[in-house]
Amino acid sequence: MDAFTQLEAMTAPLDRANVDTDQIIPKQYLKSIKRIGFGDYLFDAWRFLDQGTMGMTPNERQINHEFVLNLPQYQGAGILLTRDNFGCGSSREHAVWALKEFGFRAVIAPSFADIFFGNCFKNGVLPIVLEAKIVEELIAKSNGDFTLRIDLESQTVTDGERVYDFEIDSALKQKMLNGMDDIAMTLEEVELIETFEAKHKTSQPWLFRG
Amino acid sequence: MIMAQTLYDKIWQAHDVGQRIDGNSLLYIDLQLLHEVTSPQAFEGLQLANRPLWRVDANLATPDHNVPTDGRELGLSGIKDEVALTQVLTLDDNCKKFGVEQFDIQDVRQGIVHVVGPEQGATLPGMTIVCGDSHTSTHGAFAALAQGVGTSEVEHVMATQCLVQNKAKNFAVEVSGTLAAHVTAKDLVLAIIGRLGTAGATGHTIEYRGQAIRDLSMEGRMTLCNMSIEAGARAGLVAVDDTTIDYVKGRPFAPKAEVWDQAVAYWRTLVSDDEAVFDSVLHIDAAGIAPQVSWGTSPEMVCGIDGSVPDPAAMVDPIQAESAGHALKYMDLQPGQKITDIKVDRVFIGSCTNARIEDLRAAAAAIQGGRKADSVKEALVVPGSGLVKAQAEKEGLADIFIQAGFLWRAAGCSMCLGMNPDQLGDGEHCASTSNRNFEGRQGYGGRTHLVSPAMAAAAAVAGHFVDVREIN
Repeated sequence: MDAFTQLEAMTAPLDRANVDTDQIIPKQYLKSIKRIGFGDYLFDAWRFLDQGTMGMTPNERQINHEFVLNLPQYQGAGILLTRDNFGCGSSREHAVWALKEFGFRAVIAPSFADIFFGNCFKNGVLPIVLEAKIVEELIAKSNGDFTLRIDLESQTVTDGERVYDFEIDSALKQKMLNGMDDIAMTLEEVELIETFEAKHKTSQPWLFRG
Repeated sequence: MIMAQTLYDKIWQAHDVGQRIDGNSLLYIDLQLLHEVTSPQAFEGLQLANRPLWRVDANLATPDHNVPTDGRELGLSGIKDEVALTQVLTLDDNCKKFGVEQFDIQDVRQGIVHVVGPEQGATLPGMTIVCGDSHTSTHGAFAALAQGVGTSEVEHVMATQCLVQNKAKNFAVEVSGTLAAHVTAKDLVLAIIGRLGTAGATGHTIEYRGQAIRDLSMEGRMTLCNMSIEAGARAGLVAVDDTTIDYVKGRPFAPKAEVWDQAVAYWRTLVSDDEAVFDSVLHIDAAGIAPQVSWGTSPEMVCGIDGSVPDPAAMVDPIQAESAGHALKYMDLQPGQKITDIKVDRVFIGSCTNARIEDLRAAAAAIQGGRKADSVKEALVVPGSGLVKAQAEKEGLADIFIQAGFLWRAAGCSMCLGMNPDQLGDGEHCASTSNRNFEGRQGYGGRTHLVSPAMAAAAAVAGHFVDVREIN
């Protein structure tokens, strides 16, 4: 997994609450058997006016010029600022793959849906929780020339004027800072798992078919 | 003194492997359900790292999300979409390569994973279950801790049989009283989501408790737990009782003989202790719930059939008002419009929420000898599994649907998410027994109204929403 330490990037506001993963990456693109190739379809029904299908490139699409991520001042944004409960709905990790491939390495919101939040940490995308009123201030400032600097080690977001602290689970923080492979880390505990499994098999033998 | 525990605490404790070096807990997983859409990247990751499946017998697969619901007799050659076909073939290949049991497209046991698991007795009380699908919460009806996971977590469970997770909080939804006639588990769960909001239970595991829950069948409890995720909870639970045990008994994967007795003795302990403390509680009176219809683009945007579309201008919270405004524009509805005045273009009866035999019985009964209204372009009935389909045909339900002008199809997720050819057209309103009314969920530009099976069938006949309590 890619590590995440610091990020200084232009910030784009998506001023909506409850953005679901069906909006982040619509169903027709989930037929891929790969982890790549989703960035072109991020927020597909909002970025484009026509109905897209897998394999289409953005230059054959009808652009929705009113959608925030299509406005000239937000091109190249690397941080997404949004409202409560971002990433709700479907568990599709494709949503995080699409955000990352499009260029977002961090999402700032007052709250996130659980599964999406977890999926971010598997892919080196940092979800940052800030108070709703701070997000409100930042959205008001993000006029296209608004850069935020995120420092994971010190758990801060800076806009040049103010510094905002954020909370993060210490284990998740270390995993992100070091870009650690989750499976490899768990496999360090093989003995622990095997011991548990043997005990579990004795107490609930019906759970083991093999 | 032993601390009083909730049902969730008990299942968690029975699967708590211990802490990893980084302080995260490892939770042992008893069953992983696999389907074609979220597993290929996980199998690929496993192979690239040259890792084996930790426990082959803890996995069960079936294709469901993108399989067509017609032309099933053609098998794989009935899948005209080449990209979808590749996904289904990839699942076939991976299951063969890793030795995973699969109910493939031509197997009568094939169906929606969350219908198939319980039907086969693969879902058992007290289990921990994962699947790369957020509606895995369905299996919580059996007092199993069942959670939807992303593809990286699918791969993690394949490789380690564990999930890296910290414990959630406990949320009690206490439902007193009795549901009125023709008001179902679907109406109850929509009413609960309407009260809690789409993020109301984030970070929690919900336990549904109270007389109204005890009175529900297993099918009803599955419908209820299925939509826990729509209130933000990764898992929902219902405690074990006779209804649970009677349902599981004799199913193909369920334990037999003396192991059955041993299992039942343990399963009986899967209830919250009387003194257990919940972090949050919601009380709701079942008797006051009308059949529900969603009017917006989030499952929390719901009201009774006797209600009207709300006015965003009257909402106090500006963010809520803005969301409602967006939703009404997308849905092409007016503030104050009566729900019964909303016309329906298509009807979908199916999905992991409402495609079990009891759902099909309720839908067939609501037709009452009527026919699909001419103004309704299509009324699609998609059973949750090949076995549900066979049962419905045996009971004569399929004939009722067909005679009423409904389409009778083969099992799959179908128009719930429109990954297969069953989709809503741009701007069409759909009475749907599925679980999500998000923008474009059922098809580009489609407008979904979430309802119970009886409400969907009645709307198909009337051409608009009607109160099933009045037609019966």
